[in-house]
Order: sequence, then structure tokens, then C-alpha cells
Amino acid sequence: MEIPFRLNGEDVTATPGDPTDTLLDWLRARGLTGTKEGCNEGDCGACSVVVTGADGMPKALNACILFLPQVAGKAVRTVEGIAAPDGTLHPVQQAMIDRHGSQCGFCTPGFITTMAAAHARGERDHADQIAGNLCRCTGYAPILRAARDVEAAPVPDHMRESPLPVAGNSPGEHEGAGPLAPTSADALADWYLANPDATLVAGATDVGLWVTKQFRDLGQVAFLNRCEDLKGIEVTEDGIRIGAMTDMETLRRAIAPHHPSFAELLRRYGSVQVRNAATIGGNIANGSPIGDSPPPLIALGATLHLRRGAERRAMPLEDFFLDYGKQDRQPGEFVEAVTIPRQPDALYCHKVSKRFDQDISALCMGANLPVVEGRLAAPRIAFGGMAGTPKRAAHAEAALDGQKVTEAAFEKAAAALAEDFTPLSDMRASAAYRLEAARGALMGAFRALAGDGPVLLELRA
Amino acid sequence: MTVAKPMPHESARLHVTGAARYTDDVPAPAGCLHLAFGVSEVARGRLDALDLAAVRAAPGVVAVLSAEDFGTMPDCSPSLHDEPLLCTGEIHYAGQPLYLVVADSHLNARRAARLHRAEVAELPPILTVEDALEAETWFDDGPRIWSDGDVEAELSAAPRRLEGQFEIGGQEHFYLEGQAALALPGEGGEMHVVTSTQHPTEIQHKVADALGVPMHAVRSEVRRMGGGFGGKESQGNALAIACAVVAARTGRAARMRYDRDDDFVVTGKRHDFRIAYEVGHDDEGRVTAVRFRHWVRCGWSQDLSLPVADRAMLHADNAYDIPALEVTSWRLRTNMQSATAFRGFGGPQGMLGIERVMDHVAQAVGRDPLEVRRLNFYDDAAVEGGSEGPAPRAPRNIYGASKKGHTHYGQRVEDFCLGAIVERLRETCDYDARRARVAAWNAENSRLKRGIALTPVKFGISFTLTHLNQAGALVHVYADGSVHLNHGGTEMGQGLHSKVAQVAASRFGCDPARVRITATDTGKVPNTSATAASSGADLNGMAVARACDAIRERMAEFLAAEHQAEPASVVFADDRVRVAGAEYGFEEVAAKVYMGRVSLSATGFYATPDISWDRAAGKGRPFFYFAYGAACSEVAIDRLTGENRILRTDILHDAGASLNPALDIGQIEGGFVQGAGWLTTEELVWDGKGRLRTHAPSTYKIPCASDVPEAFDVHLWDGPNREETIYRSKAVGEPPFMHGISVFSALSQAIAAAGGNPLIDAPATAERVLMAVRAS
Repeated sequence: MEIPFRLNGEDVTATPGDPTDTLLDWLRARGLTGTKEGCNEGDCGACSVVVTGADGMPKALNACILFLPQVAGKAVRTVEGIAAPDGTLHPVQQAMIDRHGSQCGFCTPGFITTMAAAHARGERDHADQIAGNLCRCTGYAPILRAARDVEAAPVPDHMRESPLPVAGNSPGEHEGAGPLAPTSADALADWYLANPDATLVAGATDVGLWVTKQFRDLGQVAFLNRCEDLKGIEVTEDGIRIGAMTDMETLRRAIAPHHPSFAELLRRYGSVQVRNAATIGGNIANGSPIGDSPPPLIALGATLHLRRGAERRAMPLEDFFLDYGKQDRQPGEFVEAVTIPRQPDALYCHKVSKRFDQDISALCMGANLPVVEGRLAAPRIAFGGMAGTPKRAAHAEAALDGQKVTEAAFEKAAAALAEDFTPLSDMRASAAYRLEAARGALMGAFRALAGDGPVLLELRA
Repeated sequence: MTVAKPMPHESARLHVTGAARYTDDVPAPAGCLHLAFGVSEVARGRLDALDLAAVRAAPGVVAVLSAEDFGTMPDCSPSLHDEPLLCTGEIHYAGQPLYLVVADSHLNARRAARLHRAEVAELPPILTVEDALEAETWFDDGPRIWSDGDVEAELSAAPRRLEGQFEIGGQEHFYLEGQAALALPGEGGEMHVVTSTQHPTEIQHKVADALGVPMHAVRSEVRRMGGGFGGKESQGNALAIACAVVAARTGRAARMRYDRDDDFVVTGKRHDFRIAYEVGHDDEGRVTAVRFRHWVRCGWSQDLSLPVADRAMLHADNAYDIPALEVTSWRLRTNMQSATAFRGFGGPQGMLGIERVMDHVAQAVGRDPLEVRRLNFYDDAAVEGGSEGPAPRAPRNIYGASKKGHTHYGQRVEDFCLGAIVERLRETCDYDARRARVAAWNAENSRLKRGIALTPVKFGISFTLTHLNQAGALVHVYADGSVHLNHGGTEMGQGLHSKVAQVAASRFGCDPARVRITATDTGKVPNTSATAASSGADLNGMAVARACDAIRERMAEFLAAEHQAEPASVVFADDRVRVAGAEYGFEEVAAKVYMGRVSLSATGFYATPDISWDRAAGKGRPFFYFAYGAACSEVAIDRLTGENRILRTDILHDAGASLNPALDIGQIEGGFVQGAGWLTTEELVWDGKGRLRTHAPSTYKIPCASDVPEAFDVHLWDGPNREETIYRSKAVGEPPFMHGISVFSALSQAIAAAGGNPLIDAPATAERVLMAVRAS
């Protein structure tokens, strides 16, 4: 199979032996050892590279869980290609030297690429931008200083890339030699109906680990990244339709005006690198009880749209999750989109994890608490991490429905959570803590409704 | 002079361009083999049978080695010869290497290493402190007890007493570069090993031992590590030995790196501790006696556990002059990864014990914990303080008590300056006003509670194993005036090579650009000590200075003779050499001296003076000097969920006369964040069968950028070391780590403000904080 893409400004063709060969391994075997393997699961950012696709926006991605077919036709820049072709350092590189931003230097290439992508996009939320890059030496302070220093520096010309004008970026036939990469939902639907045992790869932020950590044989694979018609968000008077292949970073930006608490939750979904790759369809279809998008979506009354061949069906999102590891999905059926009904914002999300950023939830709450004439009207509360699936808190909802917004009403609802959930203990949290923190999250929603002061992340010294 | 300048890290440009080469980046020769361990999933038992047929049949597998392939199993231990490379029958922990896969690629080796079938007669693993005490599995032949003063009498006589017990979690190093090694076979039984190690000589020694050759047949080399933190002091031995054994047997190069999960599961971490204390004190909070008991989980092998546990005992006083102090330390053998060196080397755990005591006493007497701390401080030595003017002197003995002025191990504390440091930090961080504001906030807000704490650090500098306090260097000046040097220290990000190059440039008065330090190499400098115990710049800087001085003196003598001047009148400065009215470029002098047939190469050697230590008695002067500092942190907790954050941290730290203020501040900032991580989000979880459940960054959470306090201010207490260290600087690698204790203490203050029980275990995860708040 041949995967053409642009690498540090030069056109190259990778010929992986397996469609799940990672970009990281390929780069290092090619002698581009600046890109490091730190964890091999997308959690440390040492392998970050800059990838520019058809939209012309440079994005940081983790090369360790990026399969080569996913970069077909794109422009990839590694740390070796961040300085200008004449050797002039990129402003981010110079600032990192001037601010003493590297100590052991092993994480540094990943910081440089991530920061260069952020710089090219004009991002200013530096701690968020580098939340996916772990450094064990510096304590981050000098790196943040370096990022602030170069805010006003012009973007070097070579960082503005256009992807290859070849296979992959324009709709059309997929090349016979490569792995299956359908370019439309229709093509995918036909093929998947005929090959229902195949593995669909969306962003590979989870499937990537099946390969790098579990050595699972994925069998036949299809890469969905070229299905342009599965991407994007459509806002109409009735609803917000999110295509399954919409990445989390795009969703975060798009949802912010409608449901800011959802957007804030998504800010803490993985890291920039993970959000740039992970898709809403993957997060749902995966069926994980600790995926962060289902609780708010369920709370908002979202509808899931499934497709199998030409057949389509829709269901309330919560109905999709049958049991741990089991979803209401037929062989050959895939997630096409999810829609959220338009509604005044009354969503309150709370994610509890060991670390605020780039951590998997111990528990995650989406609580939609509309108040009509002073009373809670049909509240919808969903939790992740509290059961084998993302699940609504029916007893807590019932305890609140029709009640005035009082502490007593919420305390009753919080107490009822024990009837809704029997959580598990694991390395992230004990069962007892999960229940207590879920109650705390619900009481936090009350505090928010009651207009009570800042929350923890807003507090300053 | 080049020292004292905030020069960038010598590899900074290589770091930011991706050109800096780490062990696994070194290009391998053709035909290089790749290794992986197959590991035990069982924590304790007897390996009855090992079926490796599927492993051997896996794609790319060249060979598989297990116990039966060795006449004598190579040993990996740095201390007791109790770490067989591969299991020889007895299984000691989940993660123990059972066999070694040799394959044509890293991935093929890793894939094959899961295909074995092990028949194991399982035994109940010894995991907890209780398990180990009951089974009487411990090192050091039982508990070690060091004491000073009549603890029993003082406890009985004390007006007030309290006691407590708490747990202190371990910590994974999480160096970003995992363990890695590459062995290149040479002629005549020689072996060249490139390893990511803090201890090249140990690698050389263990590889020579495994191959049955003298040390002169093995060359161990490391240019840089991608972080070490103590985790590469002994934990790289297994990889280097495995590579060398395979390379010797096959005649082909062999390389190995642990996947991150393997690194977590196979290698050791910081020791976790249980600490119990009985305290006698008075109504004001003056502590008259403390009896500590330390229970240290060491894991399956001895490794470096004895000196680690010793150092914890040696830091049980931290900054406090306590009339009677006794420490009993149990070093427990458990069926877990063998706990190992980690920045602070036991010091942080010992120090946290006494800091908990101070918080507990303050709570008992109802005083500001800072007042209780100051009340118990050693007296400041009569030395000048910081460089910014005369230091405010701490009041001496204002409470009338007489201070004994020495530690519980009998070392006089002659350089104490925490009275002054704390006084200045208290002013600059506005502690008193902020403490009042925190109290006001807490009175008004029921959900978010704040806490503030200012804690001191006194850390002893020197290896407690006295013979390790030595270093060597090799310096060449070439005829073109360029300087090439090597020393026994290793570069792991701390900037050692940068500092040492600055020292060399200063001794020669030359442009630092002339100086190049290449890979640490046992063929250049022999018999090196680990780069550990914060000693790197102290020891190697001095050795390099001596080597440079020897060459400079020869240069001066040569020029003096030529100009009929005194050698002492020759001046080396500004990249020029001046003698008797003449002036030369440094490179001209190098050329002249070469032409004059005078050696431009020298070795240097340094051994720390004035230290002695009787470990059996627990008495002596184990430390050349102490490094000091203080930190003030303000935190907030959410009473509803226990989530917590650091809002602001101010640090004032004593690096002596800093060799490089930028690098030192980097060590302080980074050390603090690592220490705060240890005490907040970094939680190691083993299940009931002894399997580590937190074995990757997805489950083990080191701090990320947003965990750093938004207001973060670090300053150097820039007073010269009273001891004659290199340019009167002080070691700075480990001491700042313990500034993280300020966060833990502040969190307990916030928990108290929320009406909870502030005497929590570490790490203070959101879960622990919430449960402590609920415990009210």
C-alpha cells in the first residue's frame, strides 16, 4: 500500500506493511528520531507532530497513535521541520532556549511542535494548548513563559502549508492499493454492510491503543477520515446536527455559544492532540462508560442516528447503551450523526478526575436543569463512570421534577443517586467516593443555579 | 567570569530542533537485535514450568532465553546480589522478568513476549506492612534505631502529648525517556554499552560481572538521559546486562527499551512509608521529644533501600532542634517492584513526618503552624545572609529555651539560615496578610475553602556512603585552543554539563564556546559514583576545576618563563592571557604551549573533606553542609467534591553562590512541581494480588501545565556556601523537591477550614480530601 503525503515540505510516499503501522514508528525508522516515543498511547505528547489537512489549519497530533493511512494527502511537519529551511529557528524554538524551557530535552520536540501549531493558529490559552504534553523536569513555568513571549511573533511562511493536491483530499475513488478509505458515507455504508466484521477507524485515539498496547489484530479496517460528509456541524432552528466524524476540538468550538458548560467539559476532554483526532462518533460508538460526551448529550435529549446500508434509524442516545461493552448496534451499522434539540441553555456539566486536564473521568455529570416559572421542568441528569454505561439518574430526576430550586430539593435528589447507581471501585476512584462526588457535583449544579460564587477552576489567589 | 551567568543549557539548541540524541536514537548497526522481557503476572510463587513454544514460533523471533540457558544467572542488584536477571524459580513480584525475547524488531519482540504459558504454584503475596511484619520479611536484620536524648523521659515530662500515624504514597519517576540500552560487541571480548543511566560505572561493573570479564573489557557510555530522578541509578542494569549478554552470545548488536507500561510494571519507584509519631510539647508548641516509627515498603529486593531508609531517618528533624528524637525504621520486603532511588532519596518522606508533627502540634495548641515551626527551628548561624543586603536575623532563643545545636545523629548544624530565609519569604509573599484574607474568605464561603502554609527545607548534602563522595575529570586543551572535557557525572537535564563547562571556562578565563563536554564514558573517567544525591556539580565541578588548574598552571609557567615573569602574575580572563605587558589570545597560548612540548591534558580528582559517618551507631557528620529553602503555597478545595488546586506558590531557596541562576531556578521550579505532584495527584494503586493498576500516563497522573500555580515566584537566597565548594555554590537537585510539602500542609489547612480532619494521608487526591472533609 502506498501513502503519499508531504513531510517537512517534501513529498514522500510511505509503504507500510500493515495499515495500522504508526506514523511514529515510520518516522523513527526513517531516521527522524527527533519525534519521541514517551508512552505509546497518546497521553504524553512527546511524539507530537504538526499535521495540516484540507482546511489549511495546522494541528498537533500524537504520531504514536496515528496510523499512516490517516495522514494520506496531508502535510506533516516534525520537529526537524519546524526551523526555517535556512536553519533559522522558529520563534517558539528561540523562546524555549531563551526561557530555559528544556532541561532533559526529551519532551521538548513534542512541545515545540504543539506550540508551533498553536502559534500558527494564534491560540492564547497556552496551558490548554500544552495540556497534552507532559514534562517531568521544568514544572512548565518556563515553557508557558516562552509561549507567551511569542504571541506577537509572525508565523514563519513555511508553517503555512497546503496539503498534497493528490489522492485523498478530493472526493473520488480510493486507490486500489491502499487500505479502504471511503470518501463518502454512502460508500462506507455499502462496504460495511458487506464487511460487517471490519474495524472502523475514526480518530484512532482508542483504537490506536488496541494496536500499540494490546496487539489486537483488527482484521479488515476502514479509515473514515476521508468521509467528508460525515464531518461538520449543522445548526438549524430545530437542532444541532453533529456528523459522526466531527472531531472534538471542532465540536468544542461550535458548541460553546449554545452550551458553554459542554464546551468547558470538552476543553478537558483529552488534550489538543486528542481532541484534534477523536471524533464524536467514535466516542459514542465505542460504548465506554467513561466517555465524556454522552452524559451532556443525554442530558440535552440528544438523538443518535445510525445507518446500515441504506437503512437509517434514530433513537434517544441513552437507549444506545445497553450494558457494559454492549450497544444497540447491528452488524454493519454505524453512527452517522447525533442531533441535539435546540433549547435555552440550562446545562451544567461536572467532570471529576484525578488531574483536571487530560485525564479520564472518575465520573462525569451532564445535568440539564431548565427552570420554568420558578420550578425545575423535566430535568435530565446523566452520569458517566457511575455504571457500566453512561446512564440517566432517574430517581434524582424524579426528585427534582417540578420542585423549586432549593438546597433541600437538591439534597433529596443527591440522596436519591444511591438508588440510581452502584458504582465500582478502581484505580481512578473508590465506589464510595464516586457516589459522594456525584452528589457533590449535583449540589454544585444547585450552587450554580443559585448563583453562588466562583467554581474552583475560576478561583485566583 | 562565566560562572554565575544564566547561560542556557548546553544542549538547548539540540533539544528544540530534535537533534539531541538519546540512547534509542543512536543508529544501530545492521543486523541489530531487539529485546523484550516476558514478565510474571503473578506476584509470588514458584515457576514450575514455562512453555515458550509460541514465543519461539512468533514472527521475527531469533532466540528466547530463560533460566535454563544460563549456567550462572547474571545479577542486576546494586547492593546485595539478590536480583537475578531472569526468574530462576522463585517469583517475587508481578512484573518480574521470566525470560528474554530476542527478535528482529522492537515490536516483534514485544508481541512475542506475551505468548508464553507459565505454570506457577501461587503463594499469597506479601504486600502490606502488616503482611511483611507478620511474615517477618525485612532487610537489614530488623529495625534500625537511631536516637538522641532521653526520649522516654522527655515524653513523660512533656506538658502535652499527642500521637498520630499516616501513610505516604510512593511515586513513579516518569522520566519521559523510558529505560533503554544498546550493546555493541567488540573484538577480544570487549563490549561497548550505550545506556540511559545515572551510573555508568555500575553498568560497566554489572555487565563485566555478567560476561565474566574484567571491567577493562567493558566501556559504558551515556551522552544524556531524558530524565532520571533516581530512576536510572540502578534500574537500567537489567537492560544493559540483557543487551550485553545477547551481544556477546550472537556477536550482533542488541538493543532494548521498555514500553511505558513495562517500565511502570518492571522498575522500582519511590518508597512508600507509614509513619507513626509520639510527640511531647508544651502549650506554646515547643516540641521536646518525638518518637518516630517508619515502616518502609522496599519491594522484592534490597536495591538501594537501606540508604534510602537511612536518609529518611536523617531528615526526621528537618529544620527543628528537638531535644530528644528517636527514629525506628523497618525496611520491609514485599512482593512488589523493588523501590529505588528517587529525588530526595527518603529525605522527603522523613521530612514530611516532622512537618506533619508541626501541623498537628499547631492544631493542638491553636497557633499558626508557621509560629510553631519557627519556635522549633535550629538557631541561625552567625553568617551573612542573602546578597541583597544584610539578612534580617531571626530572633535567637527568644523563648528562653536552650537549643542543642546538633541533629539527632550528632552533626552540628553550623550553617542554619532558615530563620532569615523564612523571615524574608514571609515578608515578600505577604504571608500574614494573606493568612488573614484566607481566614476571611473561609468565614464567608461555604463551598470553596482556602489554605496557606509556609514550610522549610533543610537537606543534607553528601552521599551517606562516604566513599562515594569522590569524582574524577579529564581535560584536554587542543592546540587550536578548544577544550574537550569529561567528568564522571551524567547529564539528565539538570544542566550539570552546562555548569561544569562554565567552571572550566572560568578556570581558563576563556570563552565558554571553546569548551565541549562529550558523553560520560568509563573509558575516560573511571570508578565514578552515580550522579545522585544532588552531588553532580559539587563533586565533578571541583574535579574539573582541579584538572583545568593543572593545565593553566603549566600554561602560566611556560609563559612566565618566556617573559621572565612570575607564573602567578599571568592573568587568564576575557578569552585572553596577559603576562608582563604582553597579551595573547587563548588559542595562541595553547599553540605556543604545544609547540613548547608541554602537556595540555590533565586529570582532576576531588574527594569531599570533613565527612565521617558511623552507620551502626547512627552518629557522625555525614553531610558536608545543608541546603536550605522555604516555600509558601496557597491552595483551595471544593468541599463538594474534594477537588483541589494550587493557587499561588512563592519559594526562596538557598543555592549558595549559584553557578547558574537560570538552571538553579529551573531545578527549583521543576522540583517543586514534582514534589507537589507526589503529594496530590500521583497515586500508585496495586490490587489485592499485587498487580500495579496504574501503569501508564492514562492512569498515573503527573502534573500537567494547568496544575502549576498561576502565581509562581521563585527566588534564590544568594549567599555563599560557608564550606569551600565549587565557587561556594550549593547542590540544588533534590532539596527543592520538598517544597511540595507546602502544598500538602496548605491542603490540610483548607480541610480544617472545611471542618474536616486535616491529618490526611498522602497523596491528597480529590478523593482523600473529600473523605477528610466528610470525616468531620
